[in-house]
Amino acid sequence: MTSIAEAITRAHQEEWARVVASLARRFGDLDIAEEAAAEAFTVAVERWPLDGVPPNPGAWLTTTANRRAIDRIRRESKRDDKQKEAVAMHDDTPHEPLGAIEDDRLRLLFTCCHPALAPEARIALTLRMVGGLTVPEIANAFLVQETTMGQRITRAKNKIKAAHIPYRVPEAADLPERVSGVLAVLFLVFNEGYLSSGDHENPVRGDLTLEAIRLTRLVRVLLPEDGEVAGLLALMLLIEARRTARVSANGELVRLDEQDRGAWDLALIGEGHALVRERLAVVANGGPRPGRYQILAAINAVHTSVRDARDTDWSQIVALYDQLIRVDSSPIVRLNRAIAVAELDGPEVALAEIDRHLGSSLDEYHALHATRADLLRRLGRSAESRAAYDRALELAENSAEVALLTRRRDQLGRA
Amino acid sequence: MAKYLMSVWGADSIYEEENYGYASEEEMMRSFEATGKFNDKLQQEGYFVFADGLDAAKTATVVDGQGEKPVITDGPYAEAKEYMAGFWIIDVPDLDVALKLAAEASAACLGKVEVRPMQTGPEA
Repeated sequence: MTSIAEAITRAHQEEWARVVASLARRFGDLDIAEEAAAEAFTVAVERWPLDGVPPNPGAWLTTTANRRAIDRIRRESKRDDKQKEAVAMHDDTPHEPLGAIEDDRLRLLFTCCHPALAPEARIALTLRMVGGLTVPEIANAFLVQETTMGQRITRAKNKIKAAHIPYRVPEAADLPERVSGVLAVLFLVFNEGYLSSGDHENPVRGDLTLEAIRLTRLVRVLLPEDGEVAGLLALMLLIEARRTARVSANGELVRLDEQDRGAWDLALIGEGHALVRERLAVVANGGPRPGRYQILAAINAVHTSVRDARDTDWSQIVALYDQLIRVDSSPIVRLNRAIAVAELDGPEVALAEIDRHLGSSLDEYHALHATRADLLRRLGRSAESRAAYDRALELAENSAEVALLTRRRDQLGRA
Repeated sequence: MAKYLMSVWGADSIYEEENYGYASEEEMMRSFEATGKFNDKLQQEGYFVFADGLDAAKTATVVDGQGEKPVITDGPYAEAKEYMAGFWIIDVPDLDVALKLAAEASAACLGKVEVRPMQTGPEA
C-alpha cells in the first residue's frame, strides 16, 4: 500500500465516526451526515494523491463534508422549500452536560443503538454510521442481500427522523441501561465474527471481531470509568487472542483444552489481563459489583493465564460462574457452568445438571447436545453419545464446529 | 416538541364482559384510578393534549366519500382480532420522553401501549 492509501485508510478508521457525528449534530440529519462524510472521503481519494495528505486529515474531512452537506441542503431547499426537514432530528432539549463523556460520537452511538430500533437495525446502523463499513460489507458480513441491508439501514434512519429519536447522550439515570444496550450490539457484532452463523465460507470472521474491538475501544475512550465497558473490551481481547489457535489447518474447531497455546496472541492477552486487574482493583476498593462482561472477562483471564490446559484453576472458574448466575441466570450460563463442573467434579455430576435442560428452550441449542455428547463419551456411553452428536450436528451451523462434531462422532466405537 | 399517539388495544369482546376484560372489579377500579392519576400528571407536566377510551369497534361506521354519493358501511375499517380501545395524544420533547410515559401508561391501564409519532414535525 502506498503511504497515501495508508493515510486514507487510517483517516477512515480514525475520523469516519467523528465526521459523521459532528455533521449529524450540526445538521440534525443522519442521512445528510452519512452521505456528506462518504463524499468527503471520495474527494480525499481523488485529491490527496495530487495535493498530498493535509496536515490535519480530520479537520480537512470535516470541512469538506460540511461543504457537501450545505450544498445538498441548498439544492433541496431550492427544489422544495422544506429546509426545516433538515433539522427534524433536533437537539433543543435541555440536558445536563455530562462532562468528559459529552462527545458527538457517543451521541451517534446511543442513537444507533436506541431500544426503539429493531436489534438487527441497531447492528447495521452502528456498523455503517459509527464503524464506517459500507452497505455491501455489512450485507456480506451478515449474509443478507445488499438491497435488504440497504433498506434495513434506510428504514432505521427514517424511523429515527420520524419518531424523533433524540441525538444525545441519555440522562445519567438511564445511562447504565442504555450503555448496556450499546454493549449488547457490540458483543453481537463480535460474536457474529467469532462464531459465524449460517453457511459462511469463513467460520471465523476477523473483520467483524476486529471492528467490534475497535468500536469497543472507542466506547472505552468515551466512557473510561464504566466497568462493563472495560469488561467487554477485556473479554473481546482475551477471546480474539485465541482466534488463530481456534480453527485447525483443515478448518476444524479446536477446543480450548486442545489449542496450541503458543499460537495465542500474548500482547492481546496482556492487555486483557491488565483490564481485568484494573476492574478487580476497583471492586476491591468498594466499587460497583461487576456485571456479566467483567465476570466473563475474569473467566477468560483464568483460562488464558496458564500455558497448559491441565493447570487450569477450575474451582475459580466454577466460582466465577456462580457469581455470573447471580447477574445472568440464563440457561446458557448454567450450561457453561456445568462444563466447568465436569472438569472439577467429573462428567457424571455435569451430565445430571445438563440433562435438566433437555426439553427446555436450550434443547434447540447445539452446544447443549455437543456438551452432552462429550460427557457421555467420557462416561463410555457410546450409543447415547452418538445420538447426542447427531442432534448437535442437526442444529450446528458453523462449518468449523460441524467438522469437529463430525470427527468426534466418527471416532466413537461401533455400538 | 413532537406529538405522539399512544394507543391501547384489546379484543372487541371485552365490551360485553362484566369488567371490560379486567380480571376483577377491584383490578378494574385500581386501573381506572391509576390511569386517572397518570392523566393528571400528564397535564401537570404540560404533555397532555387529549385522551379518551373508545367504544366497541362494532359501533364504528366507515364512510367512503370519494364517489358521487358517500357509501356508508357498518363496522370497523378492517376486521382484526384486536382494536384500538383507548388513546392519548401527547406533546413531548422526543421519543425518549414518550417511551417513558408509555411505560407509565401501560402499567396504569394494564395493557401494551403503542407509541406512534404524528407526521407534523417539531415547530420551528
